[in-house]
Amino acid sequence: MHAARPFRVTLALLLTAMLTLTAGAASAVEKGVFFPETFTLGNGMQVVVVTNRRVPVVTHMVWYRVGSADEPRGVSGIAHFLEHLMFKATDKLAPGAFSRIVAKNGGRDNAFTSYDYTAYFQNVARDRLELVMSMEADRMANLRLTDAVVLPERDVIIEERRQRTENEPADRLGEQVNATLYVHHPYGTPVIGWGPEMSRLTRADAESFYRTWYAPNNAILIVAGDVSAEELRPLAEKYYGVIPARPVPERVRVTEPPMSAARRVILANAEVRQPSFRRSWLAPSYRTATGKEAYALQVLSEIMSGGSDSRLYRALVVEGRLATSAFLGYGPSAWDRTSITGGAVPAPGVEMDTLERAFEAQILRLLEDGVTEEEVATARKRMLASAAFALDSLSGPAQALGSALATGQSIDDVESWPVRIDSVTKADVDAAARAVLGQTNHVTGLLLPKPGKDS
Amino acid sequence: MTAPFRRIALLLVAFLIPALPAHAIDIKRVISPGGIEAWLVEDQKIPVIALEWAFEGAGARDPEGKAGLANLAARSMDEGAGPYDSQAFQNRLRDNAISLGFDAGRDAFTGSLRTLRETRDEAFELTRLAHAEPRFDAEPVERMRASVLAGLRRDQSDPNYVARRVFYSTAYPGHPYGEELRGTPESLAAITPDDLRGFTRKQLGRDRLVVTAAGAISPEELAPALDRIFGALPATSASAPLPDVAMAGAGETVMVPRPTAQSVMLMGQRGIPRSDPDWFAASVMNYILGGGGFTSRLMEEVREKRGLSYGVYSYLVALDHTALVIASGSTVNAKAGQALDIIRAEWARMAREGVTDTELADARTYLTGSFPLQFTSTNAIARILLQVRRDRLGIDYLDRRDALINAVTNEDVRRVAARLLDPARLLTVIVGRPEGVTATRTVEGGS
Repeated sequence: MHAARPFRVTLALLLTAMLTLTAGAASAVEKGVFFPETFTLGNGMQVVVVTNRRVPVVTHMVWYRVGSADEPRGVSGIAHFLEHLMFKATDKLAPGAFSRIVAKNGGRDNAFTSYDYTAYFQNVARDRLELVMSMEADRMANLRLTDAVVLPERDVIIEERRQRTENEPADRLGEQVNATLYVHHPYGTPVIGWGPEMSRLTRADAESFYRTWYAPNNAILIVAGDVSAEELRPLAEKYYGVIPARPVPERVRVTEPPMSAARRVILANAEVRQPSFRRSWLAPSYRTATGKEAYALQVLSEIMSGGSDSRLYRALVVEGRLATSAFLGYGPSAWDRTSITGGAVPAPGVEMDTLERAFEAQILRLLEDGVTEEEVATARKRMLASAAFALDSLSGPAQALGSALATGQSIDDVESWPVRIDSVTKADVDAAARAVLGQTNHVTGLLLPKPGKDS
Repeated sequence: MTAPFRRIALLLVAFLIPALPAHAIDIKRVISPGGIEAWLVEDQKIPVIALEWAFEGAGARDPEGKAGLANLAARSMDEGAGPYDSQAFQNRLRDNAISLGFDAGRDAFTGSLRTLRETRDEAFELTRLAHAEPRFDAEPVERMRASVLAGLRRDQSDPNYVARRVFYSTAYPGHPYGEELRGTPESLAAITPDDLRGFTRKQLGRDRLVVTAAGAISPEELAPALDRIFGALPATSASAPLPDVAMAGAGETVMVPRPTAQSVMLMGQRGIPRSDPDWFAASVMNYILGGGGFTSRLMEEVREKRGLSYGVYSYLVALDHTALVIASGSTVNAKAGQALDIIRAEWARMAREGVTDTELADARTYLTGSFPLQFTSTNAIARILLQVRRDRLGIDYLDRRDALINAVTNEDVRRVAARLLDPARLLTVIVGRPEGVTATRTVEGGS
């Protein structure tokens, strides 16, 4: 349902999992993942097509290059609120009619908002593609809001916040860790918004955000499934091509200052039965990285936590028996500088600082000795092999391409992923590890049971 | 923008035809030389093979004092088999990008395999080993046990989990359906590697096996693979079928106090078995009541009109030995009573009035048209086939499904709604600090 989850990590993992190389190619790794076709409409709207003829259905998505990190101060959550309101009326459609028409045509629709993008999609039979294109183009230009639909929907997003973030202590901690990691940059503000500001959001705020950012020249159309670029082009021109381009602001983001102190965030709560430990460091994204850093960090995360023989799992779970799980996760798809997060769940009876020291020992070992050539080779091989499932999905390719293009990557970047991963060396991984995990300033988050309560 | 409205109106007329004939999916019945039957949807366009299988009834009842045995076996079967210890086995899977996993469900023990065509030999061999020669070495079993326990502890913080647990333990006291599948700290501590070996040896027999496949494999290739993977399993297995059971606790409102921002609600009453002739009438009813996402009556009344919740849903649960119709949602504590009243009122309205012609028509086109949208990945296709087989719907079911749905009439929906829905018989569980709700019973489980 209208998802506001921060999608960065999820989508990056998805991208990693979906990417492919030509299956069976035993020797040289070649460029090519989704093999998309692309063209640009006269008004500047980019169009991407991934043909997949398995069944006569399509995924139709429109991505806007705007997300919560582009919000003005004081109206946190407006990007996501507008996403909800896009399902209300246009000149031609009554409130709620959009989803009703999609459903009665056997389709499924939804949308999601992240820091750097907002996307809308419908999965439909091929012969319904034109219908959803006409409706999606309509709401790009002709949204009509009234307080009668805006105000109840504001209550809905407040309930969504309670459900997603406030009901569970682990989610509350996650939000606070993030807010502590970014003290200035808007990635520290939750996509769904801060509660007190959300309750003051207005129709005018939503309309202003819509007018500022929702223009065809700021949007990407992605269609995956039983259609070719040649078949799609006349429809794209007919429905989207007629919407006039408008000036759209540059995405101007403030710069997160260097962290000058390590920070700790502790949530101790009686609802917590299972404690956990996590640590985040600021890290480059694809767009902000120099050289191969973002690719090296993906290989590093595979080496550290890719499976049961990964470093963290072996050391903390299998051999040390200090933890029941351990991870290091990195999502490179972000417009600005992003983060890398590691953590572990302690085994019963293991004190949190014992676990923290053991985790730190693994990071220290990595920084001092680096990784081995063999670890890098195995990680590369596994990442490339699992990527061979990329085309066994309709929505996967559309999601991966959309998030990449909306965060400043090119189609060539996406298609070059296998080659770039294959080119990562031990020296690249060691350098990236030292640059990122070598930062002594980071944010540690601890989820703890409230002392004195029952176990 | 020019004239999209006219365009929509025109297209809508054409859209009364089902979107995609399900007979686009060609299912082959494959019988191995050893007599194992599988259904296969062959598709050579993408070099991926998926296998899905179930041992029906296996693990449905764990031995006394060993609750969680089947689940721990599922977690441990891919942690070492034959000549490979846990690390070696997992490395072989990862190096070849093979996904192999097991799951213990209420009515069956299931397995799932996905592999590239080029690594299928290795995938089939590892799957065979996991069934025939699982090692259950002490180290990985301890590790899996610790992981299951951590999951159980983590879930205690999730009000939705707490609501489900209280609901099912109230609805099915003394029946395995009422118990936590993963066991308890005490029962898990009592399970030994020998228990796990006994479980696979006695419970995973060919007499209970149902297999389906999809992707880049021909019937001629699949037949010998079936014997290779499953042929060495015992022909028969120890069987202790569960008794049928009806939901208890009808009419109760059970409160679980917890200092959460919202009240999480789970309500249900006796439902309809999958084999019932009115199954599709009930499915249409459920779609209109609360199954249809943004367009359902519950969503319209609770979310769209009043903003009381992010989501309210209904769904049908059809297990082998019981059935439920369920509603769930969450709302701010202060409005919980109001939200409950609305859900109960919609429940009663549906029982009294049934649905309109427009609602029925829209439900038919959605339920027929959206079905093919699921057929977009190799393992999804194999999973759908497995469900069709387990539900005994017949190999021609995909061809018949649209007609079955389109045959549902207004009268059918009214009849089934009157039979199933009675707000006075709902078992309601609420976790939180709800206002405006009168509980018949309060249980601990919060904080």
